[in-house]
Amino acid sequence: MHFLKLISRNTLRHKLRTGLTVLGLVVAILAFGLLRTVVDAWYAGAENASSTRLVTRSSISLVFQLPINYQERIRKIPGVSAISHANWFGGVYITEKNFFPQFAVDGKTYFDLYPEYLIPPAEMKAFRTDRKGCVIGRKLADTYGFKVGDTIPLRGTIYPGAWSFTVRAIYDGAEAGTDTSQLFFHWDYLNETLKKTITRRSNHVGVYIIQISDADRAAEISTEIDALFRNSLAETLTETEKAFQLGFVAMTEAIVVAIRVVSFVVIFIILAVMANTMAMTARERIREYATLKALGFGPRFLSGLIYGESMAIALAGAVIGILLTFPVAHAFSKQVGTLFPVFGVSLETVFMQVGAAISVGFIAAVIPALRASQVSIVEGLRHIG
Amino acid sequence: MSVPLSYTWRNLAARKLTTLLTACGMALVVFVFATVLMLEEGLRKTMVETGSPDNVIVTRRSAGTEVQSLVERDQAAIVENQPEVAYGIDGARLASKETIVLISLPKRDSNKASNVLIRGVGQKGIELRPQVEITEGRMFLPGSTEIIAGKNIAERYKGAGVGETLRFAQREWTVVGIMDAGKSGFDSEIWGDVDQLMQAFRRPVYSSVILKLNDAATFPQLKSRIEEDPRLTLEAKRESVFYAEQSQVLANFIRYLGMMLSIIFSAGAIIGAMITMYASVANRATEIGTLRALGFRRGNILTAFLVEALMLGAAGGVIGLTMASFMQFFTISTMNWQSFSELAFSFILNLEIILKSFAFALIMGVVGGFLPAVRAARLNIVDSLRAA
Repeated sequence: MHFLKLISRNTLRHKLRTGLTVLGLVVAILAFGLLRTVVDAWYAGAENASSTRLVTRSSISLVFQLPINYQERIRKIPGVSAISHANWFGGVYITEKNFFPQFAVDGKTYFDLYPEYLIPPAEMKAFRTDRKGCVIGRKLADTYGFKVGDTIPLRGTIYPGAWSFTVRAIYDGAEAGTDTSQLFFHWDYLNETLKKTITRRSNHVGVYIIQISDADRAAEISTEIDALFRNSLAETLTETEKAFQLGFVAMTEAIVVAIRVVSFVVIFIILAVMANTMAMTARERIREYATLKALGFGPRFLSGLIYGESMAIALAGAVIGILLTFPVAHAFSKQVGTLFPVFGVSLETVFMQVGAAISVGFIAAVIPALRASQVSIVEGLRHIG
Repeated sequence: MSVPLSYTWRNLAARKLTTLLTACGMALVVFVFATVLMLEEGLRKTMVETGSPDNVIVTRRSAGTEVQSLVERDQAAIVENQPEVAYGIDGARLASKETIVLISLPKRDSNKASNVLIRGVGQKGIELRPQVEITEGRMFLPGSTEIIAGKNIAERYKGAGVGETLRFAQREWTVVGIMDAGKSGFDSEIWGDVDQLMQAFRRPVYSSVILKLNDAATFPQLKSRIEEDPRLTLEAKRESVFYAEQSQVLANFIRYLGMMLSIIFSAGAIIGAMITMYASVANRATEIGTLRALGFRRGNILTAFLVEALMLGAAGGVIGLTMASFMQFFTISTMNWQSFSELAFSFILNLEIILKSFAFALIMGVVGGFLPAVRAARLNIVDSLRAA
């Protein structure tokens, strides 16, 4: 009891210094949490990928497309329960800044493969019957204020021309991690247009999405699909949806690594600040420590005092920092709009923040505690702080 | 009469651990600040070196990147015969009709695939880019399945070194040379014969036409003629402008992220400096009182403590910049979102960045030291002499 009282009194002795240190910790823990969340957002696509979906694309690279007639050949492979396809459209909404993914998909089958996109049946029907209709995600609708019945104009980059689609349905995500910033429209509509303008590019799809009944057979079925088209003009590369998404992350790995490194640098900065505070505190109290020793308190009691104070400051900073992470992350997510479709603070991040704070609190107290426990009584009493 | 510098200096030396910790905290912030600026500079330099000011690149209207662009053969012929296009020594036009495809190649170290840009170039392709030199092996023979790889690609990707082969589009392609493009974007490309590549990829159209102008000033006329020609669906840009636009998104991303980090981190470092300086003031109340009693003025005391904070900042700046200068040995290679292909660029340190980072360090010191210095200057003489 006395011990805790001593610690809390000590902590509040230098209100300004303690306050500043806590403030520094809040900033650091907050920054650390946000940076971790940015890294998580990068991996969000892969995290939420289903293990029973395969993606087949051209083996050369994603910019090459596959003929539409592959669909029926893939469907015949045992273990394939459903198949659909999608084309990356890459259109521009007003300016390049307003980036969001757009796909031309097979309206009849695509949404059967993605049960995590929740669409009211009436809206689904409306989309299927409108050739120029589109389905958009809730986050996308909120960002730009789209409502059912609105028209979204897009400037084509891959498929030249001015395109416009009518919003027929808005989907919600079944889980927090579902990407609801996308736009889907009918591949048939794209194909009809291409037949009139760039005939040789018609009847091609970007990727096939394949539903398999047994996740354990993913590797085997992938190999079978690729074997089917080996040595043809358009060879394929099939992998699980997760691997496909991770491929994108791998391409920008350097940036992810940099953000990770920086998130630890911020912890080192605050460690320096915290260690400095504790070193000063201990230096000023050498005489007191000597007095306590003279009264018969052992070295363990003294280091306990210093560790306790350090931990108290660190945890205070951590609690405030963690509480602030949520509203700040939310505001940040609003700011970047559809750039990071999924941007939420994970439980793991919170644990890492707590871990970082505890490590900082502990490491900062090591040297001062050593010094205090080794202080000689006579020297210490003579010491002028 | 001001307080001697040696007094300030000795104060810092007296508390070695505290001084070192504060300076290190600041050094880390300066390091991050400098690295971001170096990265931005590296990316800018790569892009500037890639485009020549008297070269023009013609792509399909609103394509934005070469990969998405299509130029029909008849349109390419019209473009390369415009009067503003220069003639080479052999009397042929200095223009190169090119085709761009992305192929996905596995990296040497991690086996993870990334998109690499393959450029089919015409006879004049290399002449139009004076910065490109073959440093190893030789140029590919026209009409063969030989290719040359940029320095970064040869180092990082499987099968891209001299004498190795890559397999794509149902053929084996032999790498016969390595090109060094002086840290420009071409270091991250593979070049081959345009006709061979178009055959192999079954592409009946070009992606872009590059041409050299007789006179850089004639560009506006050429641009308006090409863009107003009803037979063409193309747009013309100066190569330097085109490549700057190519990396806009990446550059902005680096800039914003860097600024955000620097602001947040500097808050931490300033707080560290403040804690140190406040303690410094509190510990030396008696000394401050003595100095005042000796006749030093409030202003002198204020200056002495500000100088101390500046010294801390300067120490942080020196340590941080020293750490950052080692980053010049590294090259970062990542996907450029706009062109969807691999781009390598390095950290470049120049005088401007050194000055900026150092100024940033000093500002951090001043901001952190100002309030404590004011407190020191406002101490009452009698009370401070009494302080234990």
